Amino acid sequence: MYAFDYTRPASLAEAIEAMRGDEAKALAGGQTLIPTLKQRLASPATLVDLTGITEIRGICLKDGAVSVGAGTRHAEVAASADVRRLIPALSHLAGHIGDPQVRNRGTLGGSLANNDPSACYPAAVLGLGATVHTSAGRAIAADDYFQGMFTTALDEGELITSVDFPVPEKAAYMKFVQPASRFALTGVFVAKFAGGVRVAVTGASEGGVFRWAEAEAALGRSFAVGALDGVEASPDGMIGDLHGTPEYRAHLVGVMTRRAVEAAA
Amino acid sequence: MPKVSMTVNGKAVSGEVEGRTLLVQFLREGLGLTGTHVGCDTSQCGACVVHVNGESVKACTVFALGCEGAEVRTIEGMANPDGSLGVIQAAFQEHHGLQCGFCTPGMVMSAADLLKQNASPSEREVREWLEGNICRCTGYHNIVKAIMAAAATLRGEQVAAE
Repeated sequence: MYAFDYTRPASLAEAIEAMRGDEAKALAGGQTLIPTLKQRLASPATLVDLTGITEIRGICLKDGAVSVGAGTRHAEVAASADVRRLIPALSHLAGHIGDPQVRNRGTLGGSLANNDPSACYPAAVLGLGATVHTSAGRAIAADDYFQGMFTTALDEGELITSVDFPVPEKAAYMKFVQPASRFALTGVFVAKFAGGVRVAVTGASEGGVFRWAEAEAALGRSFAVGALDGVEASPDGMIGDLHGTPEYRAHLVGVMTRRAVEAAA
Repeated sequence: MPKVSMTVNGKAVSGEVEGRTLLVQFLREGLGLTGTHVGCDTSQCGACVVHVNGESVKACTVFALGCEGAEVRTIEGMANPDGSLGVIQAAFQEHHGLQCGFCTPGMVMSAADLLKQNASPSEREVREWLEGNICRCTGYHNIVKAIMAAAATLRGEQVAAE
């Protein structure tokens, strides 16, 4: 790991100020960033540790949505009584990220800012049509937030402060785990709202998390596994690596979508 | 260099560290507490698991400076006050939950976190909880047995070893 200056601001205002520094990088739970630093794939001049900022932690209900602070750790989301009651699929997703020690450190904001193409949280945020709030005062719709693998709508130095998740009628997340890394080899979040169905897929596409429009249309007509008969994901643009071919992942998209619908229905 | 202060196994400690100093480096090299092991150094194997403010974390994936003011507990803090093995440690010995012993400190710390949250875990819950702890010797069977037995002992039940 290259050397860097370390700072741990106690407030969001101080963090915003620290992020103005040259080559400053925010550290959330560190479960991705610290391994990345060890591999010397990142070399910030200053690391701004966000774990001391209490104002971006915690879960509350806001205008019928579940608002989760960006600094809230996966274990806290998984254990939250409000999340369990209103969006059990989100609790389940958070409770199956990585392993218990990762869940005790990793945060929602960190996962979303990184936007790993195989991370679980992007599927929930896109699948539920959540809104991402930032330190610049912006409220970014999930559909605008994710802009490709490791790419987001965040500007330089802009920090996520909270995410508002609308409460669906039904939802489920199913992931096919890559057993070594615990990331999703393919994961699908399905959510049914009064106004329609959203299907978000992670782990499969070279473009990062995406909505599967054909499945959404079919499930919008009838929210049942049978509605997906003949609906197939295309392997074009899917990830091909030592864990699976694009065709394998395209097939998994269909399988995990069906399992998610079954679990939600 | 910046200074960090924390409580480790009930004792106030402090030391000078770099920004990039990991908690596990501070424990092992700064404090000489070498019971916490570094296995993979890539956040996967769990040999370095310690408790920070009561929660299990991978000490190779936490910065020492991030633990300023924290209560840290390591394997050295798991024995009884008279120096005899704590309940979980004794159960690992009794049920042969280790062979080479390299992963054991992390296994014990991880198990302690589980049993604090769930006094009566099912075998499946124990296995799922150990997802972040890798053992290359035992095949996990006796580790799971040891944790189930430790849970029973902590609940006040008697368990016979096979």
